[in-house]
Amino acid sequence: MANIMHIQNNERFNRANIPHLGFDSFRKELLDLAAKGGQIVQFFAYEDQGTYKLLAVMRQINKLFVTGCNAPDNFESLTADSEKFHMFEREIGEQYGLKAEGHPWLKMVRYHKNYTGKKDVFGNDYSEDIPGKYPYFTVEGETVHEVAVGPVHAGIIEPGHFRFQCCGERVFHLEIQLGYQHRGVEKLLQTVPFKRLPIIAETIAGDTTIGHSLCQAQAIEALADLKVDEGASIVRTIALEMERIANHIGDLGALSLDVAFNPPAAYFGRIRGEYLNLSQILGGNRFGRGLVRPGGVTHVMGDEQKQLLRDKLAELTPEVEHVNDLIFSAPSVRGRFDGTGTVTYANAEKIGLVGYAGRACGLPYDARVTFPTECYGDLPANQNKKIDGDVCSRATVRREEIMHSTVLINTLLDRSEEAASYIPQEVELAPDSFVVSINEGWRGEVSHCLLTDAKGDILRYKVKDPSFHNWTGLALSLRDTGISDFPLCNKSFNLSYCGFDI
Amino acid sequence: MESVLAFCFAVAIAPLLPAVIQKTKAYFAGKQGPPLLINYYTMIKLFKKGSVYSTSTSFVFKLGPVVGFSTSLMMLLYFPMAEVAPIFSFHGDVLILFYLMGLGRFFTILAALDTASPFEGMGAAREAFFSTLAEMTIFAILILFFKLTGSLSFYEFFSGDQAIDLMGEYSALLILVVVGLYVVMLTENSRVPVDDPATHLELTMIHEAMILDHSGPDLALIEMGAWFKLLFYSGFLARLIDPFHAENVIVNGLLFYAVVTFIYISIGVVESITARYKMPQVPKFILTPFILVFFVIILSMGVMQ
Repeated sequence: MANIMHIQNNERFNRANIPHLGFDSFRKELLDLAAKGGQIVQFFAYEDQGTYKLLAVMRQINKLFVTGCNAPDNFESLTADSEKFHMFEREIGEQYGLKAEGHPWLKMVRYHKNYTGKKDVFGNDYSEDIPGKYPYFTVEGETVHEVAVGPVHAGIIEPGHFRFQCCGERVFHLEIQLGYQHRGVEKLLQTVPFKRLPIIAETIAGDTTIGHSLCQAQAIEALADLKVDEGASIVRTIALEMERIANHIGDLGALSLDVAFNPPAAYFGRIRGEYLNLSQILGGNRFGRGLVRPGGVTHVMGDEQKQLLRDKLAELTPEVEHVNDLIFSAPSVRGRFDGTGTVTYANAEKIGLVGYAGRACGLPYDARVTFPTECYGDLPANQNKKIDGDVCSRATVRREEIMHSTVLINTLLDRSEEAASYIPQEVELAPDSFVVSINEGWRGEVSHCLLTDAKGDILRYKVKDPSFHNWTGLALSLRDTGISDFPLCNKSFNLSYCGFDI
Repeated sequence: MESVLAFCFAVAIAPLLPAVIQKTKAYFAGKQGPPLLINYYTMIKLFKKGSVYSTSTSFVFKLGPVVGFSTSLMMLLYFPMAEVAPIFSFHGDVLILFYLMGLGRFFTILAALDTASPFEGMGAAREAFFSTLAEMTIFAILILFFKLTGSLSFYEFFSGDQAIDLMGEYSALLILVVVGLYVVMLTENSRVPVDDPATHLELTMIHEAMILDHSGPDLALIEMGAWFKLLFYSGFLARLIDPFHAENVIVNGLLFYAVVTFIYISIGVVESITARYKMPQVPKFILTPFILVFFVIILSMGVMQ
């Protein structure tokens, strides 16, 4: 058996077929792949009949690979050789008490007790109130000062703590500490009755409702051999694109508000609402809840809905173009966006940025193209040309994707297949199986990974939001940038706090 | 009597005019905007509240708003609104006035530093730096006006034979001064593109960052001080560009405040069509009018000889 197995997105495998290596060869295999440009999709620990195991899913160009091993309590850190594993090893340490020796910054991710009852890797006593052992990377010197922001912020924003090491206005280093919204989603998904799974998946990150529920639905469909008809696929694809448009529009408005350019912010605020209303026409909920279920979609899209969507899109698209022109043609806005918060291609590759943040740095990865699901296989891809890695590039990618998504939706609306009505059914998951599901949510690669045990119950449910990769990108974008540009950089990434905290 | 009435009117109308800016911005954003009397309501609300003081602050923190408010109020005492003689006027009052403003700022900065909050320290540093730069322009303008009128008093700048008048001998030069003063007004009153008075983002704030910890009546005093200051600057600007002159005091006053309102609207327009500059670009923006005014001084030397 090869050391690493080539798999497909949403393809079910018997767990026994996954290569099971010794830790050393596991480590070598992953590092080799990482050195060849491979990126991590999933890397986590799980418990199987009393032993702890590690499992890694990596992607390289357009291939997915999986491999596993038994987890030693203390293992040689992979981060020491490749930065890509940085957050994942911290998470493994936090969740299962398995320590990555030689990890350069082994600090807790979300501040919670590990699942195994092993000695805490970070030396925290969780009966004490926060803050426990919360070390921060510090820079020392006469002229260096530290600015701490959050976790309670002005305005409507989720909780997160940002620690800046500055010299005057210049930021040397930013460290981001999250975890304030840790709800134990992964544990919850393994324990709740089956029919509640989609409801929890929808709330992993409120703005990526479709992204997460689609991943879950596809994974369960693979495990339970459910077939989704073409019509339901169309509705799912439209819903995902609609979510993308609404969020991108909201972000562009917020970006222009952050540079004190008010009119587009007001216009886009209204237009975003219009797209949310379209989601309601499509699925009965403005935020896409209750639409995607394992086996299909709960709302059938009839001719009437199609016509409504078509008409409204035809009305909104010129408005969106017009407001975009307003933002991107204002010299003062360009002056703020250009060259602000740059993440170089090399750094982006090193930490494995995904989604628009990655594409703005020149990493072309788009899960819709690389690992197509639903209708994406035969739809055209978007190729962005502005790849400077700055705020302007991230804004431009959004602008292009809005237009691209509109084209996709219009193409799909012209297809005639109609979804069969959805009937909830008892499903049985295949025992001893493994599936990984990847979709391009609006923010980037969303991935769910499910392992089942001998009885067909969920043994391990692993959720990964794109924010898990990209928060490090935000920290890097602040290096050597003015601290006053932080809110702008933050908005240009617009990462999820609750998606990270799960 | 007229002077006192003009002063009272200025104080009473100062909170109304900033609402004009908000209305203008709302118009550009396709919104309705707040009612014109919003600031009076805010004042009433704030004065009804109590103030919260951090245990780490001292009396300096409470002094900041009081000194800031009283110095701003004093500016209006010296300034001839609508061609009415001010309550106080003497040779050299302009110097006192701008240093009073400096005193107010000094105490606001002290109060900000007193909180030991990193935001306020940052805001104070920015405010101190930018207002120092803006001061150069102001004093260049005063030097020019002294040269033109031989006076160092606001009232005398705008009255007598040598009065400064946009229609007069130096009109071409004064246009540059107006531009310079407009930039100073935007800077000193923390308007876009230097600062953003509407933002909630502490890290980008300048003036707002310094007053984050003030609440209730203290905050009300700071707000009022800011409105007086804005009225003073736009009044100064209005006196330069006001083309109207009526014999009747009331008509003249109305015309004057119409020009002032026009200036407020123009601020709203500027804020709607430009984004804020990047922080490192702001000093260049503030220093540009100094160069303009300095150039004017050189030109005026040629004209005088």
